[in-house]
Amino acid sequence: MKPTILVAGLALSLAGAASADKLLINGAGATFPFPIYSKWFSEYNKLHPDIQINYQSIGSGGGIKQITERTVDFGASDAPLSDEQLQKAAGLQHIPTVMGAVVIVWNLPEVKELRILPQTLADIYLGKITRWNDPALARENPHVKLPDAAITVAHRSDGSGTTNIFTDYLSKVSPEWKAGPGRGTSVNWPVGLGGKGNEGVTGVVKQSEGSIGYVELAYANQNKLPTAELKNHDGHWVKATLAGVSAAAAKMPMPDDYRVSITDQPGADAYPIAAFTYLLVYRDQQDTAKGDALLKFIWWAEHQGQKDAAGLDYAPLPASVVHKVEQTLKGMTVNGKPVLASSR
Amino acid sequence: MESPSSLPAGDLAVAREPERAPESAPAHGNVPDRAWAVLLTVLGVGVLCVAALIVSELWRIGGPAIAHAGLKDFVTRSTWDPTRDLFGAAPYIYGTLVTSAVALVIALPVSLGLALFLTEMAPAAVRSIVSFPIALLAGIPSVVYGLWGLFVLVPVLRKDVEPLLGKTLGFLPLFQGAPIGLGYLAAGVILAIMILPTITSISIEVLQTVPGPLREAALALGATRWEAIRLSVLPYARAGIVGATMLGLGRALGETMAVTMVIGNSPTIRASLFAPGYSLPAVIANEFAEASGELHTGALAALGLLLFAVTVLLNIVARLLVRMSRRGPARVRA
Amino acid sequence: MKSVAGRRAVNHVMTALCALALLLALVPLVSLLWLVISRGIAGLSLDFFTAIPAPVGEEGGGVGNAILGTLYIVGIACLIGVPLGVGAGVYLAERGDSRLGDAIRFTAEVLSGVPSIVVGIVAYGLVVLPMRRFSALAGGVALSVLMVPTLARSTEELVRLVPHSLREASLALGVKQWRTSLKVVLRTALGGIMTAILLAVARASGETAPLLFTSLNNQFWNWRADQPTASLTVQIFNYAVAPYNDWHEKAWSAALVLLILVGSLSLAGRLLSRNRLR
Repeated sequence: MKPTILVAGLALSLAGAASADKLLINGAGATFPFPIYSKWFSEYNKLHPDIQINYQSIGSGGGIKQITERTVDFGASDAPLSDEQLQKAAGLQHIPTVMGAVVIVWNLPEVKELRILPQTLADIYLGKITRWNDPALARENPHVKLPDAAITVAHRSDGSGTTNIFTDYLSKVSPEWKAGPGRGTSVNWPVGLGGKGNEGVTGVVKQSEGSIGYVELAYANQNKLPTAELKNHDGHWVKATLAGVSAAAAKMPMPDDYRVSITDQPGADAYPIAAFTYLLVYRDQQDTAKGDALLKFIWWAEHQGQKDAAGLDYAPLPASVVHKVEQTLKGMTVNGKPVLASSR
Repeated sequence: MESPSSLPAGDLAVAREPERAPESAPAHGNVPDRAWAVLLTVLGVGVLCVAALIVSELWRIGGPAIAHAGLKDFVTRSTWDPTRDLFGAAPYIYGTLVTSAVALVIALPVSLGLALFLTEMAPAAVRSIVSFPIALLAGIPSVVYGLWGLFVLVPVLRKDVEPLLGKTLGFLPLFQGAPIGLGYLAAGVILAIMILPTITSISIEVLQTVPGPLREAALALGATRWEAIRLSVLPYARAGIVGATMLGLGRALGETMAVTMVIGNSPTIRASLFAPGYSLPAVIANEFAEASGELHTGALAALGLLLFAVTVLLNIVARLLVRMSRRGPARVRA
Repeated sequence: MKSVAGRRAVNHVMTALCALALLLALVPLVSLLWLVISRGIAGLSLDFFTAIPAPVGEEGGGVGNAILGTLYIVGIACLIGVPLGVGAGVYLAERGDSRLGDAIRFTAEVLSGVPSIVVGIVAYGLVVLPMRRFSALAGGVALSVLMVPTLARSTEELVRLVPHSLREASLALGVKQWRTSLKVVLRTALGGIMTAILLAVARASGETAPLLFTSLNNQFWNWRADQPTASLTVQIFNYAVAPYNDWHEKAWSAALVLLILVGSLSLAGRLLSRNRLR
């Protein structure tokens, strides 16, 4: 028995050595873009079989923490880092990849359409509106038969960029929310059930009749959940569409560090809860092979990768933003040397 | 010689009174023997090192968070807001206690009944047959229980059990509120199923140490089988059964995955069993990988330290009780 | 309650209640096994065992890397935990009748009740942070801590069961102390120790919580000990809490695979001990 174990162990370590020429890049973070990231990494691996990008969707909070502690090679977050967080992660660069929408989904078998006013939404999440047939909801939905049932609120249990986007919107439309739970990747929810990741919240809503939740558009569509119409800044009722997301970004100038909020933006078609999502990468990469591969992947994602966006319910970046990102990427270095300076 | 089928297995084992070996010959001046002795001692002390590492690591990461909030406040405040550096562990402590209490209330009668049935009422063949499914129950991984709980138990609770409880016992705050399936009750039921094998098998062991004559004396005096159990077996085994229950409780307190999947992940304190809640292990599992900042990580590690301290204490007391009950009634206070 | 008939009635009722307890205990077990088998078996295919997970929305894919990952992480755990646990057990049996031995024995008993998530925190601090990455090694360290206490206690008991006459005969023949321990005593107890190891491995294979922030997860095959690694348990968790129905089906199938793995290890352990002590 002992010799066979030895041989097996030897074989395993040899196999390990043999596969060592595969480059493994580890990333972690937002669940918001997970559907498109997982597609990108899979596609890129098909184009470059020796590069494996392993992404764990543990939430934006996790992404920020892990990249700050450098336990992963790149992070991902829909919530831009605060100044305080950036201090702890000196040299970290935000790189927008796609735009997405946070939608409101619910579970009421007979109700396929719903209109929710900003204040009503805030009140539901504050726990002030507790039943589906509350007058505030009924008023905006005269053609819909809302049942006399309790509303089960679903929110995120983990540190989430999606939460950040959602609470950013709520803070803008409800002074009570702003003064209370406020904005953040993790807030003190007055009511509700927690789900882990966008996946978790979608799961909770799907399984609990009478529940309501906020998730990224891709998750709602993949699970065939109807999405609510919201009243935007200009007073129009809009559903989440890619055009609406792009319209939200249209008028907002992009700052140099890419940290921007595009919720509740003016514009006839603008969808009120839209956002950019970011990859978090250090400006100077310290591992030659990984840094080189990572920067090249991001270049690919910003160009060829964008065509996957629409099919998965994300809006591609506006051309102006891509152009800006190109300049940023060209300025990023691997051990002091820029690698993309000559890329088109 | 001990029979192999009662070989200790996992945490169901309770060390029997170790036989004192004859004086092992001290290592004579030869090197290999001394090296062997040293190696063994190092490995033995290694166990102590592991324990020390656990405590020191938990204290290193978690200590500052407790110092920041003050122990009393940490344990009694109920606001957990990492963005504002507010860490109150009360909702998690509450959730852990409530779910464990529900688990015990369900599991204790069933385990005890099962143990009594197998040792006192059923033929010996039944006991050896049934020990197999019980071992099976004990061996099922927590995440599989969680899977079953999420897709089988929760819908049943939401559609049938909780509405029924609400209608019949709804005057109690325990059974009020909307039935969503996820919540304290779901977690409590799953925990009950998970600790059942623990309590049952240790209770069986304890019941088997009750001397036959005790039982027979009661029967000889005309007691029915149940009365014999009630009057002579149970009092004798009482300490051991309490110990078994405490071991089960210890397991319930530390259970993570199954609880995380069905408890609803809501850091609130509510009276109703139908409400979603949170537990100490569940919040650590959900938040640890992404705790932003040292204080947040520290607070979670402090929760771990709390959990560790309580389960260790329980464990010690439980094993003392089980051991005491083995040695006989002279040591067991009536 | 003085009438004989009344007392007999109570007796029957209590007997019935206790029998009911048996049924109650079996219902969840039967339900769980039935569901795992019936819902999981449909998804089992060669692809399921050999492929890596497919991205969101795509069909197919499997848990091949997760199965391998579990074996890998548990393997690392054994490399650390078996020598430590068995060694400590031998120490306790041969030289453990002292205050130090009592302390070690007591510690081992107490350690066996530590919640596995707490062990995960410790492994995170001791391995993940200094190494600056999640790794199979960190997962293995966490699992080894869970294996050590039960291995130590079981080994001690098994070694103490070896007849003293065997040891004395060997010493009388001039065999050195260490050789006696190793080749005579341990070899005799080997079957039981193998059982204990297999049971500890079965338990370790089913752990999830300590792996959540030590070995994390990985979409690809991984042979390196210093990289995040997939595991069956974490994968089941991820599949179960996801909203996609086909992922739920995969969760059941993966659970079936896990149960088969854990079950075979436990069964092998028990069969081994039954054969050995003939």
